Amino acid sequence: MSWILFLEQLLNGLQFGLMLFLLAAGLTLVFGIMDMINLAHGSLYMIGAYLMASFAQATGSFWAALPLALAATALVGAALEVSVLRRLYERDHLAQVLATFAIILIANELVRLIWGSQPIMLNAPAGLTGPVELPGGVQYASYRLVIIGVGSAVALLLYVLVTRTRVGMLVRAGASNREMAVAMGVDIRRLFTGVFALGAALCALAGAMLGPILAVQVGMGENILILAFVVIVIGGIGSIRGALVGALLVGLVDTMGRSLLPIAFALIFRPQVASNLGPSVSSILIYVLMAAVLFLRPQGLFPARG
Amino acid sequence: MRIRTVAATAAIAAAAAAFSAQAANELKIGFLSTLSGPAASIGIEIRDGFNLALKLAGGKLGGLPTEVVFADDQLNPEVGKQLTERLIRRDRVNLMTGVVFSNVMIAVWPTIEQAKLFYVAPNSTPTSISGKGCSPYFFSASWPNEGHHEAAGHFATSKGYKNAYLMAPNYPAGKDALTGFKRGYKGKIVAEVYTKLNQLDYAAELAQLRAANPDTLYAFLPGGMGINFIKQFVAAGLSKDIQLVVPGFVSDQDVVRAVGEPMLGLFDTSHWAYDLDNEANKVFVAAFEKEHKRIPSLFAEQGYTAALVIDAAVRAAKGKVEDVKAFRSALMNAPARLKTPRGEWKVANNGTPIQDYYVRVVAKDAQGRIVNKKIGTVLNDHVDFWAKECAMK
Repeated sequence: MSWILFLEQLLNGLQFGLMLFLLAAGLTLVFGIMDMINLAHGSLYMIGAYLMASFAQATGSFWAALPLALAATALVGAALEVSVLRRLYERDHLAQVLATFAIILIANELVRLIWGSQPIMLNAPAGLTGPVELPGGVQYASYRLVIIGVGSAVALLLYVLVTRTRVGMLVRAGASNREMAVAMGVDIRRLFTGVFALGAALCALAGAMLGPILAVQVGMGENILILAFVVIVIGGIGSIRGALVGALLVGLVDTMGRSLLPIAFALIFRPQVASNLGPSVSSILIYVLMAAVLFLRPQGLFPARG
Repeated sequence: MRIRTVAATAAIAAAAAAFSAQAANELKIGFLSTLSGPAASIGIEIRDGFNLALKLAGGKLGGLPTEVVFADDQLNPEVGKQLTERLIRRDRVNLMTGVVFSNVMIAVWPTIEQAKLFYVAPNSTPTSISGKGCSPYFFSASWPNEGHHEAAGHFATSKGYKNAYLMAPNYPAGKDALTGFKRGYKGKIVAEVYTKLNQLDYAAELAQLRAANPDTLYAFLPGGMGINFIKQFVAAGLSKDIQLVVPGFVSDQDVVRAVGEPMLGLFDTSHWAYDLDNEANKVFVAAFEKEHKRIPSLFAEQGYTAALVIDAAVRAAKGKVEDVKAFRSALMNAPARLKTPRGEWKVANNGTPIQDYYVRVVAKDAQGRIVNKKIGTVLNDHVDFWAKECAMK
């Protein structure tokens, strides 16, 4: 494998990691701060992508549709929190899993009723549909560079929001000790609704940005949600920094595993064995990573609670 | 409880045997399909095609009032097995159809065969049921599992592609697909890449594909995987240098609606095309567009044709769907004069159709809609490779 190809695969890993970060950031906030397992996070991602596709078709512009989709999904998220999820905070995790799993099923069928069961169209904005040439002669999809840019910007913004603002302080207070925060006079109900709406908006951003390279279809959220959970378990639940590091680790390990392992196996085993072994081993690599992290640091790499 | 169900099954089986020669006065069809979840769009296309044929026949197949009992397997073989038992025992269906995925088909098949029920496949036709394990109760109105892939191999050879890059998900049907392709392809195979089932991001594979720079890429990535892959393949700029060839079920209208323009120029192989020039096809396409406001996919055609085949066979057997000999012979012979959207209907000894395979290109039609246009015929009267292993005559 040449150097250029190796660097391109590194870039791919970075890009896939930032893609996962967009989704994991919202999930880790909700999970860490509200101590709430929200399986329906993937449904908000799906709703965000569908709304984005609809707005993009209605307005004819990808960039005009983006803020609309974010705002609409944040509203959906806030409504969901006020009407259903708020009642689940005091329950145990099993009740939360059951209830939010029900929301997945309801959301899937609702989307099917509104948009139909066929996948719908959401394409990259004009001008970003083809590749660009990077230094070194690598042809790279321009839209993927945009994902890298947006993912990095969101990471930076969230970092500033959480560590440098008053809202961020409340969020950190809620995450590290909820009872104490309430005792100090924080309006935890409003804070939770706000955090949940922010999480939903991040979901919509993920759905909108990933829609042009992934299928926008019913059930699209479940597939990627598993990866998002792996990311936040590795990173440490509730920590934005952990989500970023976890997402990049998962992205790099998965991408490099898929590209390097088959080559490595081909050197060791017979071709027949190697072609069977390569894909099987590379597909479990991130779970091995998760198990290793859990073994060495059960709280994840950057635990939010001290 | 257990004893009672066993006893009940035995009683039903005995009753069925005793009255097998008697003609039914109504037809009850068990339609087990994947109707919810991410993969549901295929099952729903098949159902819509089947229902359309039933509606055009006035709600009667073979002249008998017909009731269709739908059951959703959720792409879960275990659920499929339970529902099959329910359809057979509780709903007492006379006939079954509907299954989309091979893993479900392989799981439910023993139950159907043991109940001595006929099954007409509108999609999956696994090699394990069409080869050595062929059965008088199994009949396919779609295609043998490897047909499209074999046709694609022949097409790539005829196009003069010197080296091909192959890609499929790492599961049994993915391996069968590439086996089929390799049987038809005479050029050099650069690489055979198996990806994760339900993989989202293909950037790593695309980078390696670019480095390998083959003449053609054959990719069997059904459903959402195909949508992900085609979007990313085009965004990476590879479509300019590498000709993408896929089997028809990766690139039909369900995918076209989701991907659009980037798909233009892609080649696929299919047993049917929306612009196939015959009377039955024109009737089907016009009726489907009127009913559903969309162009039918090959899946809809398969559901439609399955209903036509059942209709012809039930009529020829004079309603005796439980008379094994009579109904088998009706299924094998009656549809021969049948006019289906694919044209004249012929059947091999293992119950799979003998049919032509076409190559289609994704292009715009006169109205500017993106469609799969037929541009040539790759295989004429193709018989399933595994038919020779089937002991039935």
